[in-house]
Amino acid sequence: MQVNEYKPLIVAFCCNWCSYAGADLAGNNRLNYPADVKIIRVPCSCRVNPMFILRAFQRGADGVIICGCHPGDCHYTSGNYYARRRMTALFSMLDYLGIERERTRLEWVSAAEGAKFAATMNDFVQQVTALGENKRLEDLRCKK
Amino acid sequence: MQKITGDILIEKASALLSSGTVSCVLGWKKGEFGYDVTPAVFSSVEELERDFVYNDFCGANFSKYLVSKTRKLEGKILVFLKPCDTYSFNQLLSEHRFDREKVYAIGIPCEGMVDISKVKATVGEGISSIDTDGDNLLVSTLYDEEPVAVDFKSVLAERCINCKSKKHVAYDELLGEEGDVIENSRFDEVARIEALTPDERFAFWQNELSRCIRCNACRDACPACTCEKCVFDNPASGVENKSPANSFEEKLFHIIRAYHVAGRCTDCGECSRVCPQNIPLHLLNRKFIKDMNEFYGEYQAGEEVGMRAPLVSYTTEDLEPGEALTRRDTDA
Repeated sequence: MQVNEYKPLIVAFCCNWCSYAGADLAGNNRLNYPADVKIIRVPCSCRVNPMFILRAFQRGADGVIICGCHPGDCHYTSGNYYARRRMTALFSMLDYLGIERERTRLEWVSAAEGAKFAATMNDFVQQVTALGENKRLEDLRCKK
Repeated sequence: MQKITGDILIEKASALLSSGTVSCVLGWKKGEFGYDVTPAVFSSVEELERDFVYNDFCGANFSKYLVSKTRKLEGKILVFLKPCDTYSFNQLLSEHRFDREKVYAIGIPCEGMVDISKVKATVGEGISSIDTDGDNLLVSTLYDEEPVAVDFKSVLAERCINCKSKKHVAYDELLGEEGDVIENSRFDEVARIEALTPDERFAFWQNELSRCIRCNACRDACPACTCEKCVFDNPASGVENKSPANSFEEKLFHIIRAYHVAGRCTDCGECSRVCPQNIPLHLLNRKFIKDMNEFYGEYQAGEEVGMRAPLVSYTTEDLEPGEALTRRDTDA
């Protein structure tokens, strides 16, 4: 008999220059990380409009993670510093409204850190799976 | 009650209109009951004398009106600004939303504005007129023979109880005395909510925000919301109307709106004033202000023209989001 196990839907925004390459390296090295993670490639972590994150939750994502270059290593010099401030403000606001803070995360993953990428994703998926489905930020109007 | 009367302002405005210094006046127009004051543009002395008013119900912040009113204007517009309005005025100037040359700003003192819903909670419905005798409001209703006296201090709007400044930060001319920035406890309520558990916080906001009817009044009145096109007017977005669901979907509207004005909100409190459902929307904006003060140093939007807001600058030593949240927990 087949058991329907809960699988979370995770959206990962990865910067083109570091984290996306890091994900590639994880793949090349055949490191395992769950297929529940849907990667969206962005030119830079600061391309991630806070609206994107809310939109992902609105449409039924259970967790959102943003990966960018380590501070100081941004391909565009300062993009990740801006992203850091924006995400701090947004995550803090979501926390204030009572949305579990474990559903959001910001990580710095370089192109050489395939192992870190896989480990981060494994950890994040586990964390979100423990929380269960995203009920507090979904929007029935936007769900298919 | 207000220290300055409408007559002084009418006199001032009439003189400027007659001399041709300004071509119109942005001011408060009296309504039917004395408490339903609306913003209006006056272009003649007769109109001013007939309708202009300045009393305890002139809460409207005129800064935002300057954006649309100055666009096609010939000459100058006269605007009356209370201390908190001048912060929005500066903030809009920083964002190049209107032409400073087209505005003649007169700073006027403010003793705090009355929240009519508090008056109604005290004396009930059926208010026919409201007068004042110094410290009290004299409220006449359809049902009472004598006017009911209500203490002015007890019906002040929340934003005026926690007034942040009596200082005008921008004006061409000042009526009355220069005030000061005031010590206030406007972040106490935010801190109280922060100290709740996540489930309690969620329940609190669900209770508040599920009352939202998506009338967009908060957006329309907000001096920081001056985009010409708004995502919430787009019928293709799927979120332009009230959700036909029992769960509370309007939270996303409020998170997005608060985020759009984060770092630019001067905490003028117009959002909460105009909300027909009495949702404490200022608590969302104050949360962002409090966070930015704590994480990136004290910042008051609109204090000066051309300041750099926290969200459009950075330092290499900023906190990580996780650190910021846990640090606040341990502080609390």
